[in-house]
Amino acid sequence: MLVLMNALKNTLDSIGKVSILFLQTLYWTFHNLRTGRFAFGNLIEQMSRIGVDSLLMVAITGVSTGAVLVVQIGYQFAQMGAQSYVGGVVAMSMARELAPILTSIVVAGRVGSAIAAELGTMKITEQIDALETMATNPVEYLVVPRFWGCTIMLFVLTIFTNVVGMIGGSIVAVNQIGLTLVSFRDSILHMLQIQDLMGGLIKATVFGSVIGVIGCYKGFTTEGGAEGVGQSTTSAVVVSIMLILVVNYFLTVGINNFCVAYLQ
Amino acid sequence: MIIVSNVHKSFGPKQVLRGVNLKIYDGESLVILGPSGCGKSVLLKNIIGLMKPDSGEVLIDGEDITRFDQKKLDALRMRMGMLFQSAALFDSLNVEENIAFGLRRHTRLTDRAIHHLVSEKLELVGLPGTNYLMPSELSGGMRKRVGLARAIAMEPEIILYDEPTTGLDPIMTSAIDELHLSLKERLGVTSIVVTHDLKSAYRVCDRIALHYGGQIVEIGTREEIINSPNPVVQQFIRGEAQGPMTLL
Repeated sequence: MLVLMNALKNTLDSIGKVSILFLQTLYWTFHNLRTGRFAFGNLIEQMSRIGVDSLLMVAITGVSTGAVLVVQIGYQFAQMGAQSYVGGVVAMSMARELAPILTSIVVAGRVGSAIAAELGTMKITEQIDALETMATNPVEYLVVPRFWGCTIMLFVLTIFTNVVGMIGGSIVAVNQIGLTLVSFRDSILHMLQIQDLMGGLIKATVFGSVIGVIGCYKGFTTEGGAEGVGQSTTSAVVVSIMLILVVNYFLTVGINNFCVAYLQ
Repeated sequence: MIIVSNVHKSFGPKQVLRGVNLKIYDGESLVILGPSGCGKSVLLKNIIGLMKPDSGEVLIDGEDITRFDQKKLDALRMRMGMLFQSAALFDSLNVEENIAFGLRRHTRLTDRAIHHLVSEKLELVGLPGTNYLMPSELSGGMRKRVGLARAIAMEPEIILYDEPTTGLDPIMTSAIDELHLSLKERLGVTSIVVTHDLKSAYRVCDRIALHYGGQIVEIGTREEIINSPNPVVQQFIRGEAQGPMTLL
């Protein structure tokens, strides 16, 4: 019982601290935008590290997912004479769920861990203390560009995953299922709605902010030596992925309700 | 003047500082000696506001910095520099970017003026021409000297040294000490040096304080410390394993 109570207390404590870090990040963002001190150079550097460096992994994930989806549903749809729906179903699945979730999981593994390791190393080697002694707020200097880098690049990378997923799907649809490129494209254009795409991109943006804030939090709370950095890195990935999956459910419900209420 | 008054600091059940009292006069070089793990670095971090004491006051020029908000603390830190035990250079920045960090963020100097200032500081620490090396390309002694150049880049009035000579060879230790003395002479800075290196302490000190058991057990000039009748002081300066001072 005591163990459970302690675990609950630690979880609530962490939720509180992550929330404070998130609010501080927003504060420094708007403060620096208002005072003209926003470090766009740092943001672009982080966007490049987070986005460009993840491109290959995200491309492989997208192509493979699109291709597998077509293989899985293509033959069944063909047997039922519903080939004209293959492109649309693949596009909707990618846009609504698979592209944001899979891109986020890939980025959480690659970028969330890297952020936690980098900031964790800075913490244990007193580099974060050094920043403070030079009158520089670590949240302003370190968290703000990483947070927005993750948030913006997840949006961009998810668009990219959707595109390469469609390409992967279309290659399999044409070469294995026997569809024409035109019918695959027409199916997508006919069935895919703008709200499907936007819903997925909203999710991706939220997942990006989750990855950014959790990676930074885990880095800042690193203790001990190399072992501590290892623990923070693993924990950043695990917590980010768990949170993404939980948040995904609530976002899906919220977006669906919104679409039903206002767009149909 | 810096006054540390009855400062207590604990980490969980472990009491690290148990009522530390200390006065550091302007332009003075005070060395805080003590065994490893006795809380010397914690004391320094309380003085620069990186940690807040559980109770007690840290007065700098009559103002209690433990009550400062972030803005006032940042303004104070512009007047202070700190050399960390591990030098704490930013891995992702080269030597010049490390030293120029504070100048770029807090002054409106041109890139050319900053480059000139950085080169001047590097000359001062005996590392001319190393502007574009990365921290990973530097030896331990070079890292410490770059750390020192960064600490003095903003021309602070107070410099805190956290074990500046630990892990350095005797020649490098001597070079760092000479640098410390020349800075004191040229810039008239107030220095607080935390170390357990006796030789180095004797070279750079105006006064020495011995920190043990969470308190300052003795303070005085070099001669007063050497001739102190306090058995803890005698055990420490003779480096004896047996005595009232227990190993941590």
